[in-house]
Amino acid sequence: MGLFGKGSLSAILQRIFGKKHAKIGIYGPPNVGKTTLANRILRDWTGDIMGSVSEIPHETRRAKWKKDVKVDNGNSSLFMDIVDTPGISTKVDFKEFMDTYGLSREEAKRRAKEATEGVIEAIKWLEGIDGVLLVMDSTQDPFTQVNVTILGNLEARNLPVLIAANKIDMEDSSPATLKSAFPQHPVVPISALTGYNSDNLYSTMVSHFRKRKRRKRR
Amino acid sequence: MTKKDNGISFNLVSRQKLEELSSDEKLKFILREVKKGKILVLEYGLTPMEQTNLIENTMKEIEQDTFIGVEMEGYGQDSPSFIQRIFGVIRKPRMTLIGPADQLKMVKKDNEMIQTRIVPGRGAK
Repeated sequence: MGLFGKGSLSAILQRIFGKKHAKIGIYGPPNVGKTTLANRILRDWTGDIMGSVSEIPHETRRAKWKKDVKVDNGNSSLFMDIVDTPGISTKVDFKEFMDTYGLSREEAKRRAKEATEGVIEAIKWLEGIDGVLLVMDSTQDPFTQVNVTILGNLEARNLPVLIAANKIDMEDSSPATLKSAFPQHPVVPISALTGYNSDNLYSTMVSHFRKRKRRKRR
Repeated sequence: MTKKDNGISFNLVSRQKLEELSSDEKLKFILREVKKGKILVLEYGLTPMEQTNLIENTMKEIEQDTFIGVEMEGYGQDSPSFIQRIFGVIRKPRMTLIGPADQLKMVKKDNEMIQTRIVPGRGAK
């Protein structure tokens, strides 16, 4: 152990000036616009995209990530490894894919099986991330068990969470409901589809996720 | 899971029973009962970590034609006051309702009430 104890010089600088690099997971239930948001972030900062999007739930069934995405808010910047995770849900019914979205039985069963594996993978990724961009659909009831469970899990780990209240381009959206539901976390209303208010999101991401890493407790 | 003609079991599980079980045992017990088609009201709910593990375990147990997952509804943990925290009071999980997703459907949830409906058959989504 050196002069400064266990922490290296870089760790000490990080505590003073904040992080320069963070692994950020994009989490949320299926069909809230996680991949649309990941694509928006990547398109704006790297010119690339993360993956395909679809109205059929569980389109993203494997986690995808992009390393070293530099996001700048004018005063400071942060390099992020952005991880787009599969939607987390407590149930997966292949018949929903058939009845609601017209998939064949075989296709629906395959999608459902991959979706269950995706949920497991998304949960595993929670172990290695520094912060979470939790995407919620601002047209829907915010008190879903998945939202409550993810938030509770992240709070127990002391991980910084930023809530993206997505789909504010929709007529029936209510980002204010989300803000009042989760007052303990910053909530940024956005439209990942149109890019509305994305500058505010990026600025908040940099300031929020740059904060020094807090000790995780389990 | 076999559908029974003689109604749906609705079981209140006491805090004492839950406290006797380890986290793993608790999750196994819950999933075993829910896979049998029972709806459980846990007097003392699950911690966020246990809830996450329950989701993970549920995904591993899904059988497409017979078990499509769980419906789980409860409130977040009680937040102790500053004074309570000083005296070591920890956050406590609250009452939680868990059942098979093909039977239990959440209707509405807000800070005051959780409304659910039992929909026999594969109707819940």
